[in-house]
Amino acid sequence: MNPRFLVPLGLFVVLVVVLAVGINHSREVGVLQSPLVGRQIPDWNLPTLTDPGKTLGSQALKGQWYVLNVWGTWCYACRAEHSALLRAQRDGRVQIIGIDWKDADSDALDWLSKLGNPYSQVVTDHEGRTAIDLGIAAAPESFLVNPEGVIVYKQPGVITPEDWQREFLSRLPPQSSVPTAIPGAS
Amino acid sequence: MSRLAVRSNTVWLACVMLLILSPVRMVWAVDPATMSDPALQARYEVLIHELRCVQCEDNSLADSDAWIATDLRRQIRDMLSAGKSDEDIKGYLVSRYSEFILFRPAYSWRNAWLWGLPLFLLILGVVIAVRIIHQRAMLVDNDDDVDVLNS
Repeated sequence: MNPRFLVPLGLFVVLVVVLAVGINHSREVGVLQSPLVGRQIPDWNLPTLTDPGKTLGSQALKGQWYVLNVWGTWCYACRAEHSALLRAQRDGRVQIIGIDWKDADSDALDWLSKLGNPYSQVVTDHEGRTAIDLGIAAAPESFLVNPEGVIVYKQPGVITPEDWQREFLSRLPPQSSVPTAIPGAS
Repeated sequence: MSRLAVRSNTVWLACVMLLILSPVRMVWAVDPATMSDPALQARYEVLIHELRCVQCEDNSLADSDAWIATDLRRQIRDMLSAGKSDEDIKGYLVSRYSEFILFRPAYSWRNAWLWGLPLFLLILGVVIAVRIIHQRAMLVDNDDDVDVLNS
């Protein structure tokens, strides 16, 4: 048999190996890897949900660890994430700041009073401009920000209790104690 | 086949090829927003066709009515109105959403294999084709069946 007939077969095997390695090594298929991780979080400053006259932003949070969680009452996956956030808040290792994205304030307040409030503060992004500046594609998405204001981790999608342990708590310094009550938090 | 038929076939084929190859703008685009300056509008149209909707990943910004696509289009209009260049706008969106947002990947060393591979395969294909044609031509030269050649 002419060995040249084996060439297409050989090429096919090479293709299969390349694709298999590529698929196995892709972190998570279809997930956008944020270019913001490892960089300073883009400056944000938004009105708080409970008092729209006041604002909270990245400058005010300098010097503290925080998790920035983008959510909305229209977002089904956020409901799935909510209990994990409540548990995380009860642990008290790090404060969670919520950005209520493209939502009605009344709906957000209603949601928090019915389902519980895992956030030390909630700010509102009605127009979605800050969300774009943070590279948000779909809710929920969460950032872990260190005291220098650098994003050390971004979670696209729902945080499970396992994610919280593995991706968030593991990155905090040991014994990180956090003010659990910020003045003005609901 | 008559010469006329051949010609009309050629014209027909040319029309089809033109239609396939021309940058046809989708007539069912969902974006009703227009910019007052026609020059900006033209740049806006090009940009929203070149950028991906980050949520519905196979659509361009021009074709998606997802919230995030609507907001990204507004962002692009705002930046155009503020006098930003196309490169500024793409650079900003890449810095936030990664290069994934570009339908046309950048010419960079990291993407060299992406741009180079098709060219390499094309050259490889031509080389193989030329070799095969060459071998076939050699066969005809040595063919004893003169009747077939002369028919």
